[in-house]
Amino acid sequence: MLARGMSAQFSAADLHLRFGGVVALAGVSIDVERGEIFAIIGPNGAGKTSLLNAVSGLYRPQRGRITLEGRDITGLAPYRVAKLGVARSFQNIELFAGMSVLDNLMLGRHVHMRGGVLDGAVYWGRARAEEVRNREVVEDIIDFLEIEHIRKHVVGTLPYGLQKRVELGRALAVEPRLLLLDEPMAGMNLEEKEDMARFVLDINEERGVTVVLIEHDMGVVMDISSHVAVLDFGKKIAQGTPDEVRADPNVIKAYLGEESEAIRAAERAIAAEPVA
Amino acid sequence: MSSAIAWRRECGTFHTTYAADMALRPTPLARARIAIVIFAALAFGALAGRYELSIANQVGIAAVGALGLNVLVGFTGQISVAQGAFLGVGAYTSAYLTTRIGVPFWVALPAAGLVTAAVGGIFGIPSLRLKGLYLVIATLAAQVVIEWFMIHLVPVTGGSQGIFGIPAPALGPLVFDTERAYYFLTLAAVALAVLGCANLFRSRAGRAFIAIRDQDVAASVVGVDVFRYKITAFMVSSFIVGAAGALQAHHDLIVSPENFNLAVSIEYLGMVIIGGLGTVSGSLYGAAFIRLLPIALATVARSVPGIALNVNVLKEAAFGVAIIGFLILEPRGIAKVWRDIKDYFRLWPFKY
Ligand SMILES: Nc1ncnc2c1ncn2[C@@H]1O[C@H](COP(=O)(O)OP(=O)(O)OP(=O)(O)O)[C@@H](O)[C@H]1O
Ligand SMILES: [Mg+2]
Repeated sequence: MLARGMSAQFSAADLHLRFGGVVALAGVSIDVERGEIFAIIGPNGAGKTSLLNAVSGLYRPQRGRITLEGRDITGLAPYRVAKLGVARSFQNIELFAGMSVLDNLMLGRHVHMRGGVLDGAVYWGRARAEEVRNREVVEDIIDFLEIEHIRKHVVGTLPYGLQKRVELGRALAVEPRLLLLDEPMAGMNLEEKEDMARFVLDINEERGVTVVLIEHDMGVVMDISSHVAVLDFGKKIAQGTPDEVRADPNVIKAYLGEESEAIRAAERAIAAEPVA
Repeated sequence: MSSAIAWRRECGTFHTTYAADMALRPTPLARARIAIVIFAALAFGALAGRYELSIANQVGIAAVGALGLNVLVGFTGQISVAQGAFLGVGAYTSAYLTTRIGVPFWVALPAAGLVTAAVGGIFGIPSLRLKGLYLVIATLAAQVVIEWFMIHLVPVTGGSQGIFGIPAPALGPLVFDTERAYYFLTLAAVALAVLGCANLFRSRAGRAFIAIRDQDVAASVVGVDVFRYKITAFMVSSFIVGAAGALQAHHDLIVSPENFNLAVSIEYLGMVIIGGLGTVSGSLYGAAFIRLLPIALATVARSVPGIALNVNVLKEAAFGVAIIGFLILEPRGIAKVWRDIKDYFRLWPFKY
């Protein structure tokens, strides 16, 4: 375990995050190696999304440290985290609904472009060349994700599965070093899931992007990830290879216990009470 | 197949380079349409009478102002009711610079834009924390504060009397002191504003504005500094609005506070809603609609005996009815209606 932490590209150490009385993260640590697909699993409300949000800079943890390639990024504003090469998708698709697929992906190029208001208004020379150059990058991604036929469609009008794919495209356009995916396959049919799994694998293998993936579908997790961390109640209850995790008694208990949500909610309320 | 068909039907055109695909008017038909519009606008300037030209000038100036407001409200999603005040800042700046300091119009106009941009940027700061209705209230405060200064900062603004004796713009021997001469100035301003905005919203900074409108959290995680871009949107919008104010000042040759009150802000919001939020062309349609509506009503009223006296009441009512009508029937405004009509004829005589 120690060896993992030493060479990690990205790590979160002892993250604590609470919203009023609700504890979302209670001392979570993960270490992600360069070039791996790292899965985070856990029951509903375990704190998985909160963890990604803390990394993105959307939530500010009360305690703990997040480092990317040796650099402390804890509490950095989201746009600064993006500039350092972290891109993501959201559990409930967060696209620019009124814009075309192309424009959504072009926004992924924002950090790689320079043009300001004046350059844009004049749209000549350097600014125009920059737009065209980045459009080419975006077209490559459109080819890769096989969404050529919808490139000029307004994303708000697209079906759910395609929107998920466009959101992945926007994250790819950032050319991230670290890609955070929050349930990219949720709500998809089998075929769409397989496509998405193939894209994630290709992104990881061909583009060398480190992927942190939240996913409920255990089959997918077992198939594509090299390392798995299991969260429950804001704590990491297990980690290891997919096989190790699957056999872990804590994990089995956490998943079997899912039905008794009412009891868990009560426990959580008690846990959240300040200790006198 | 046949190039004649490709020329006539936009859907039949296929682009081979991204640069061509990214052009503002990508098809020959669209370019032909623009050429016709420009030609018609120039011909109107040469042939129309004084009365028509004066209406056209009012429409053109309002169009620039509405476009500026649309940058903020329609494209960036930050609602402002300080439009009247920002127009005033531009108008008063230019009026002051030309009458009291003797600065030529050509310097005063961009200066008016810059001063208004600075003021707009400052009053945009609350948008970093406030959204929706709360931001409306903050911009209402801006409107009230600026109006107060217009009335009470007498040495600069001339108080409730305002500033008069504003010079008409002059370029060597050419003086823009007739409706016809001014028309060409207004036309140039509209063309510049339209081209600048159309370009802005197909490039990086403009896309960031729209992204903030659609999903500010997602904008921030792709690297858009939301705070900075919101302030920038306030400044860009205010620059254009300030320039429109200056254009108005040198057209009317007088500025006074009642031309820049809250009712003006509401009127301009009406223009961008009716014309089409977040569309460049909609700003023009909305400005034309709101400026022509009272004139059309007055014409009708003259031909119907008995209601002539109530034209003013009728105007207010028609404004309200028009806004409510568009919000219910076509919230995306005239720009959308026009696009539907074009789509219909592009495919005509086939239904699909
Ligand atoms: N912005 C917020 N404000 C208040 N509470 C929050 C907020 N975000 C998350 N929480 C709470 O933190 C806990 C963890 O939520 P989180 O969304 O991280 O879970 P999750 O593991 O992603 O669950 P799911 O599988 O349902 O997506 C939950 O109890 C949730 O209600
Ligand atoms: Mg979640």
